[in-house]
Amino acid sequence: MITETPLDKILMRTAGWMLAALWIVPLAYALWSAFHPAAFEARFDLTAPLTLENFVTAWGKAPFARYFLNTILLVTMVLTVQLVLCTLAAFAFARLEFPGKSLLFGLVLVQLLIMPDILLVENYRTMFRLGLVDTILAIGLPYFASGFAIFLLRQTFRTIPRELDEAARVEGCSLLGLLWRVYVPLGKPAMLAFGLVSVSHHWNNFLWPLVITNSVETRPLTVGLSIFATTDSGIEWAVINAATLMTSAPLLLGFLLFQRQFVQSFMRAGIK
Amino acid sequence: MPRRHWIHAWLLLLPAFVFLIAFTHYPAVQTLIDSFWSTPKGRRPSVFVGAENYTRMMADPVFAKAMWNSALYAALTIPTSIVLSLAMALFVHTRFAGVSLMRMAFFTPTVLPLIAVANIWLFFYAPGFGLIDQVRMFLGFGSANYVGQPATALYAVAAVTVWKEAGFFMIFCLAALQTIPQSLREAAAIEGCPRLTFFRRVTLPLIMPTTLFVSVNATINAFRLVDHVFVMTRGGPDNASMLLLYYVFENGFRYWDTAYAAALTMVLVAILTLVGIGQFFAADRRVHYR
Repeated sequence: MITETPLDKILMRTAGWMLAALWIVPLAYALWSAFHPAAFEARFDLTAPLTLENFVTAWGKAPFARYFLNTILLVTMVLTVQLVLCTLAAFAFARLEFPGKSLLFGLVLVQLLIMPDILLVENYRTMFRLGLVDTILAIGLPYFASGFAIFLLRQTFRTIPRELDEAARVEGCSLLGLLWRVYVPLGKPAMLAFGLVSVSHHWNNFLWPLVITNSVETRPLTVGLSIFATTDSGIEWAVINAATLMTSAPLLLGFLLFQRQFVQSFMRAGIK
Repeated sequence: MPRRHWIHAWLLLLPAFVFLIAFTHYPAVQTLIDSFWSTPKGRRPSVFVGAENYTRMMADPVFAKAMWNSALYAALTIPTSIVLSLAMALFVHTRFAGVSLMRMAFFTPTVLPLIAVANIWLFFYAPGFGLIDQVRMFLGFGSANYVGQPATALYAVAAVTVWKEAGFFMIFCLAALQTIPQSLREAAAIEGCPRLTFFRRVTLPLIMPTTLFVSVNATINAFRLVDHVFVMTRGGPDNASMLLLYYVFENGFRYWDTAYAAALTMVLVAILTLVGIGQFFAADRRVHYR
């Protein structure tokens, strides 16, 4: 067993804590200014009074309640449709034989490299033709069929023993019944992992929603926040920081509460 | 193979493929076609112009700048985030009091939206207010506007990317470190192998597949994620932080020059395709999977 010498240990810990401190400083600085009156936003004083004023101001200056609602609607819709469509497709790829299988699977993998995010102009045109510009549906549509989800679920489904299929078949289970009774329950951990990745991805997504929305009723949080932060109306830094933290708070809290699941989901989702 | 099976399979695939084709394959092909046509203007319909959009691109100094910036940005962010993520993984690989706190410090930036990250850093960089400037002034240097100067804007943006990405990649390095069998460590100890040699000769080669995976992801992100540019610099000042995808956005949605935007998008698609092919061959040759 290679053991750490005491010197190694000291060096590793010191370097680790220095990097960790460096890593947390930008966030800590934003937190400091968000929870203190504007007068203290750049002045360190341990006796500075704590306040929630900045959050109240931010909440009142822009329709954040509506942005929250839009984002929640968006991530729920996207995840629900993704899970249904991608489970069906992944099952076909994992367990059925049919002509064109590898070609079609190749077409799915193309999406891992060329994501809808970079095909902005053409997708905008499609939404325009469908009359969907400036709708929440339009923000989600390009992501409904996720190549990544199909890939992840196919890998999971392939590890399920074939004997279970046969047993279910003997019992007279239909193909969809087999999917629903055997594969979906056994694929749940993978679906949960994908769910966390998908929710955080769409909560954070910015460029496509920016392009396709132009009203308060459809804008998700990220776009709303960027508009709030870049309008030259002399909004104080402290208020912008409060708004920034407010919009990230649900994910941040979720992460702090379910740290292990988050980390494991990201790990699972990444390792192919 | 019974025909009924094929039909079932195709029916299962149909819904996903409708969306996949409509929003990934069709727009990719259509973008390629559009890049050979002109932008329709008013009553003037689009006409076939051959490679004109591409020849124009060759002569466009902003495109040259955007390409150079994207390359530099990739060269700055990819190796830095990989090295840092590996260091982070090594720091939190062993058990000690406070390890989960350290892991949390590294990973937290990953869950924040990139737009929020950009705001946090804009404040951090802010001349006069920001922590960096406060330290500078405390040490007696003048105030500096990192995002507002052409010489530093791109580096300021790249630093933000590294801050957000490194913790994410750390997870994968950590997972890879945990797969290294204990017996190898024991064997190395019996042979009296120094820790550094063990790291260089055993650890690094064994986590090669992960490093490849992480670099491919970092490369894709370098070309795909420009959210922070919108908040921090808008490609400026004087195109100093103009990245390829941001330039596509400007042409497509600010100047409404959709044909030129299509040609620019094709460059982006070509780069990503090369990355994909590169990954395929690298995975085949140099990196040994189990």
